[in-house]
Amino acid sequence: MKREIISLQEVTFTYAEEDIGIRPAIQNVSYTINEGEWVAIVGHNGSGKSTLARLMNGLLFPQTGTVRIFGEPLNEHNLWDTRSKMGMVFQNPDNQFVGATVQDDVAFALENNGIPFEEMVERVHASLAKVKMSDFMNSEPHHLSGGQKQRVAIAGAIALQPSILLLDEATSMLDPQGREEVLQTVHELRKETDLTVISITHDLEEALLADRVIVMNQGEKYATGSPHEVFERGQELIDLGLDLPFAMNMSRLLRAQGVQLVADHMSEEELVNDLWTSHFNK
Amino acid sequence: MDISLQQVSYAYAKDTPFEKRALYDVDLLIPSGSYQAIIGHTGSGKSTVLQHLNALLKPTEGVICIGGTEVVAGKKNKKLREIRQKVGIVFQFPEHQLFDETVLKDIMFGPMNFGVPEEEARQRAIELVRLLGLPEEVMEKSPFDLSGGQMRRVAIAGVLAMNPEVLVLDEPTAGLDPRGRKEIMDLFYKLHIEKGLTTILVTHSMEDAARYADRIAIMHNGRCVLQGIPKEIFSDEDRLMDYRLELPQSIKFQKKLEEMMNKKLPSLCLTEEALAEELARLLKKEREI
Repeated sequence: MKREIISLQEVTFTYAEEDIGIRPAIQNVSYTINEGEWVAIVGHNGSGKSTLARLMNGLLFPQTGTVRIFGEPLNEHNLWDTRSKMGMVFQNPDNQFVGATVQDDVAFALENNGIPFEEMVERVHASLAKVKMSDFMNSEPHHLSGGQKQRVAIAGAIALQPSILLLDEATSMLDPQGREEVLQTVHELRKETDLTVISITHDLEEALLADRVIVMNQGEKYATGSPHEVFERGQELIDLGLDLPFAMNMSRLLRAQGVQLVADHMSEEELVNDLWTSHFNK
Repeated sequence: MDISLQQVSYAYAKDTPFEKRALYDVDLLIPSGSYQAIIGHTGSGKSTVLQHLNALLKPTEGVICIGGTEVVAGKKNKKLREIRQKVGIVFQFPEHQLFDETVLKDIMFGPMNFGVPEEEARQRAIELVRLLGLPEEVMEKSPFDLSGGQMRRVAIAGVLAMNPEVLVLDEPTAGLDPRGRKEIMDLFYKLHIEKGLTTILVTHSMEDAARYADRIAIMHNGRCVLQGIPKEIFSDEDRLMDYRLELPQSIKFQKKLEEMMNKKLPSLCLTEEALAEELARLLKKEREI
């Protein structure tokens, strides 16, 4: 059994404590994330995904319920220690730049954590190489495009060698190849270490890569399971304002056109094979 | 209103030690009423081109014609105000530009700044709130009390309130959930058709470019390297790869299928719907043989 990394128990959080007319942003949510897992949290805008991220790293504290990190209830005393083990990357990199150059920015958190100079230089170089931004070491962040900035932000997070990497829609502004590179980077990091990845995302192809998916709706946990189990819900997810992976959409459209299929397929390979065996290989 | 860029170059911080070239000899003609997509990987110069389209940046070399107005490198221009009224830009994360006390006041700000009487500006704002599918009760609320998706719509309404003839969209759906994304893109398409707008979409969604655009231009390392209709642009995968771009998912899937069938479909399908129809037609034909 893998070690528990983050656990929420019956957590409720509201931004407007005095106004009981407003639905809490998070309502009675429980889940556990284990070491080395890649968990994707999906849901419509306003479903509570980003609030969850802020509860998990102690930017917010719940009104009721507990958030446990590494088995300890998160509180103001262990907050700083906990955060140093958690790399966080937000959607908009403009709000998280502090350095005058790319390498200064990546070094910032390392300096804060008292990493010796020699090692710091090494880690900055290695992190930037991993996100393919080494050529921009001395560039000023505001001269970078949105996607490049985001890769630097990810480099800054992984430079701390965290146990947890929390991506809050971190790939949503990247071009397809940039996104691919970042996801590939996350993959490789997980191979080398027991990094736990929590990605909050609208990108269902990204969610398909996760070990487990948590679906949020109106502040409540709507469903959880393997990507396969979750996406099998089909129309239900569309009704929640979400989408389905490409192959499933394609399957549904084909069926609507009267093309018979064994199932709504999750992957393109399955769909191609089904079309081949049922229709073309006759 | 035609827009054309002729041999446009741009350098940030020109004539300083920090000079950085962003555009090189860009030629681009966007005919009035067309839906032009500009694609390219991050850092390719898409956003720099975009800022030239209403003279927020002026070229360091070359000429930009916006309707009848020329913006020429090194020359002062007095008609910028008119250009900025006619060319509306929806920037990335436009909700960051919201500032006023109420949603209506925020939407009314642009037109009133350009001399539209208050009552008329209010009428436009009310119509836009409805057009964008926002609930009526938000009108008197602070825009900062709305959800992210609603704030985005208010910000877009603020641009539309200027009654632009040209609408420039810079990744307008970044950060929205899939339903919100589809609603906003469909809305822009509807406006494009109904109001006869010239629409310019800067995006890295190949799917959106394939689905909505009449014409596509590819930016790469500050140059406009390829222009054409979507079917041409997406027919040469190797070339796209050179520019670090990909095929839309439906076309990628079509290629996989064609490989399996060892046969080509009659044409390139730019959307999933088109591909499903084409396949169904093919299967029907095969059964009849």
